[in-house]
Amino acid sequence: MNQKYLIPLTAVFLLFIVAYTGVEGAGLQWFFGIVFPYAAIIAFLAGFIYKVLGWASSAVPFRIPTTCGQQKSLPWIKQNCIDNPDTSTGVFIRMILEIFLFRSLFRNTKAAFNKNASNRLSYSWEIFLWVGALAFHYSFLVVLLRHFRFFTSPVPSCIKFLEYFDGIVQLGLPGIFISGVVLLAATLFLLARRIFDAKVTYISQAADYFPLFLIIGIAATGLAMRYFTKVDIIGIKTLTMGLATLSPTIPEGVGGLFYGHIFLVSILFAYFPASKLMHMGGIFLSPTRNMANNTRAKRHVNPWNYDVKTHTYEEYEDHFREKMIEAGLPVDKKE
Amino acid sequence: MNKNYIITGLVIFALAVLSPFWFNIITTTQAAPEPELLGKAKAEKKCVLDKYDMRANHMSLLDDWRDSVVRDADRMYKSSNGHSFNMSLSTGENSCLGCHEDKAKFCDACHTYASVTPYCWDCHTNPKEIE
Repeated sequence: MNQKYLIPLTAVFLLFIVAYTGVEGAGLQWFFGIVFPYAAIIAFLAGFIYKVLGWASSAVPFRIPTTCGQQKSLPWIKQNCIDNPDTSTGVFIRMILEIFLFRSLFRNTKAAFNKNASNRLSYSWEIFLWVGALAFHYSFLVVLLRHFRFFTSPVPSCIKFLEYFDGIVQLGLPGIFISGVVLLAATLFLLARRIFDAKVTYISQAADYFPLFLIIGIAATGLAMRYFTKVDIIGIKTLTMGLATLSPTIPEGVGGLFYGHIFLVSILFAYFPASKLMHMGGIFLSPTRNMANNTRAKRHVNPWNYDVKTHTYEEYEDHFREKMIEAGLPVDKKE
Repeated sequence: MNKNYIITGLVIFALAVLSPFWFNIITTTQAAPEPELLGKAKAEKKCVLDKYDMRANHMSLLDDWRDSVVRDADRMYKSSNGHSFNMSLSTGENSCLGCHEDKAKFCDACHTYASVTPYCWDCHTNPKEIE
C-alpha cells in the first residue's frame, strides 16, 4: 500500500460517488448530464489544441532521430530503410508502424538478476507491456467507436458492422461485446504491472495511476450497466442525442450509475490535455521518430543562427603580414 | 512547412472530436420512438414487470424464460405483481406478441433506434406474418 495509488483510487471513488449521490440525492441531473459533459468537451478540445500548438512553436534545432538500424552509407552496405530512414517515405512508414503497432514498445527489455546461482544482471525481451498496451488501446478505440450508436440516429452501417463483429460470440443476453471485456482485463493487467513489479512501482506516480483507475472505473460502470444492473437505453439515448443536437433533455427513469459513468468520462476528457494521456497528440510530434536521419547527406543549418563575424586566415595575414615577414614567419602572399 | 502539417492534423482531430455534432447537422436525425400501448395491451393494463423495469430488463427475463421452457418445460411465470403469465414470446394469445400485437412498434422501433439486433427472430416468427 502506498499513497501514490491510494490517493488516485480514492479520488476516482469519490468522483463516482459525487455524481451518484448528486443525482440520486440532490437531483442534479442537469449538471452531471448536461453542463459538465459540455464543459469537459470544450476543455478537452481547447486544451488539446493549446498543448499541440505549444509544442509546434517550440524549437527543434537538431536532427535527433533514434537510429535503430544501419543508416544510409556506402552503396554495398544495406540500409535499414524503416528503422533508420533517410527519406520522408521511410519516416512516414516508421511513424505509421509506431502509431498503429507501437514498435518501440515491442522492443521493450527488462533488467533482472538471474534466478540461478550465478545471479548475474541480465537483460531480456519483455513483450507483455506491448501486448497489454495493444489490447488496451485497440479495445478502447472499438469501445469509443461503438458509443457512436448513442450519438447518431439512424446509426451508420459501419458502426453496426463493428458491433456485429464485436458481438460475434453471441454469449449471454444482452450479447457480450469482446472489446469491453478486453478493455477491463487489459487495464487491470497494466495496473497489476505497476503495483506488483517493484521496478515499475518505483517509477510510478499518482499521475500514472489516476488515468488507469479512471478508465477502469469507466469500463466497470459501463459493463455493469450493460450486463448486470441494466438501464433504460432509450432514455439514455434521448439524453446523448440531446447533447449531440444541442437541445439537451433529461430523461426520467435513468439512475445514478449512468450519471456516474458519464461523469467519469467527462473527467477523463477534461483531464486529458493536462496529463500524460497527451501522448495521443505527442506521438505525432516526437522528434526522435518523425525526422529523417540524413545529416550526412544534407546540411542542416540552425535556422536562427545569426551571422557570425569570422576572421579568415587571409584576413589575418593581411593584417599581420609585415610583422610576420619581419619575424621570419612564412606567409602565403609576399606583398 | 511542418507547421502546416500540424495545423492540418489538428483540424482533422477537431472535426473527429466534434463529429457527433456536425454529423447530426448534415444528416436528418430520427427522433426517439414514442412507446405507446395498442390494442389488447392498452385494455389489459398489466404487464409482467413495471414499466422501467421492463424497459431495462426484458432481455434477461426472456433469457430466463427460454431456459425455463427449453430445459425444465416450465411455462408458468409468476410475476412480482401477483399475476401469472404464460412464458412465450410469440405463440398464442397469452404471449408477449399475443398482447402487444404490432412487432414493428413494440419491438423494432426501439431496437432500431438503439442499434440493437436481437437474435430472437432467428428462430421465432412474428405471428402476424404467418398466413
